[in-house]
Amino acid sequence: MRLSYPADVKIIQVPCTGRVDILHLLNAIEDGADGVYVAGCLEGECHYLAGNLKARKKVEYVKRTLTEIGIEPERVEMYNLSSAQGARFAEIANEMVEKIKGLGPTPVKSNTAA
Amino acid sequence: MIVADRKSLKEILAMVEDDKKILIAGCKGCVTVCNTGGLKEVEILASSMKIARKKQGNDIDIDINVLERQCDTEYVAGIKDTVEDYDSVISLACGVGPQFLSEMYKDQTFYPGVNTTFFGGATEHGVWEERCAGCGTCGIHNFGGLCPIARCAKSLMNGPCGGSSNGVCEVNKDIECIWDSIVRKKMDAGKIEDLMGVKGIKNWKTARDGGPRKSIREELVQGNI
Ligand code: SF4
Ligand code: SF4
Repeated sequence: MRLSYPADVKIIQVPCTGRVDILHLLNAIEDGADGVYVAGCLEGECHYLAGNLKARKKVEYVKRTLTEIGIEPERVEMYNLSSAQGARFAEIANEMVEKIKGLGPTPVKSNTAA
Repeated sequence: MIVADRKSLKEILAMVEDDKKILIAGCKGCVTVCNTGGLKEVEILASSMKIARKKQGNDIDIDINVLERQCDTEYVAGIKDTVEDYDSVISLACGVGPQFLSEMYKDQTFYPGVNTTFFGGATEHGVWEERCAGCGTCGIHNFGGLCPIARCAKSLMNGPCGGSSNGVCEVNKDIECIWDSIVRKKMDAGKIEDLMGVKGIKNWKTARDGGPRKSIREELVQGNI
């Protein structure tokens, strides 16, 4: 089964979403990403017990920060799926890309960038 | 430890709205332990502020430095060569930090990035509770090891007020009535008579009421050698 997902999505692999940090998400937004999402295992199925639950809390923290700044919190999301759900992975990627397209490009732009 | 909460991003951004280059100074002491002003929190604040300022089309240059402690002049002196390079400095230490910094560097502006709240500890990961009010004359052994000065909303010394109900304080349903706990603990130990004597009036001079306090350990004061 070969499934395609939008080329707009850049994948960064981590051993467990518990490794994803608030700073990773913030730095992506700071550096101009239009959106970031974390794709973790299904809740209750984390090999490290709670990595995906912790990741969700960090995503929520970043959403609150963006809201405070006046940036759409939907630019950062958490999804849960199992590694066997390839079709769902492609679906989520499409869903996120569509959502970000709807929101438009990031308002986070450097005024000093060349 | 001293517990503090970070101020809102909005408040901090407003403090430095006219500044282009700032330093965020963290502290490796209490505020690192209560996850408010250590390296991680300093980095998160820096990134959040840069995002906010980029969104406004008004970039800000932010350096970070986490001092060993901001409540010791020898560590505060560690930034003397660079401190004037910034338009201002945000300190994420407890209220002591920005004061030590302001006292040493008179031409620089230091903003408190946190609200310093209490002396306490973590009751679970991510939750801190008040335990001591620094009254200067500790007497918790008289109360089963539980401090009614810090933990009773009215700092009562001779038993609960009439508002104590089912172990909950009348001031707020989320506050435990510490007097309920003190009495129960003594009853369970069969030592309720320990609480029967009337406690005399507490001398609050050793607390804040006597003015700012000072501790001097003669054997350590260099000037005496
Ligand atoms: S009696 Fe005073 S010093 Fe002792 S814990 Fe209570 S407030 Fe702190
Ligand atoms: S209800 Fe208990 S904790 Fe609250 S003020 Fe009265 S004695 Fe103190």
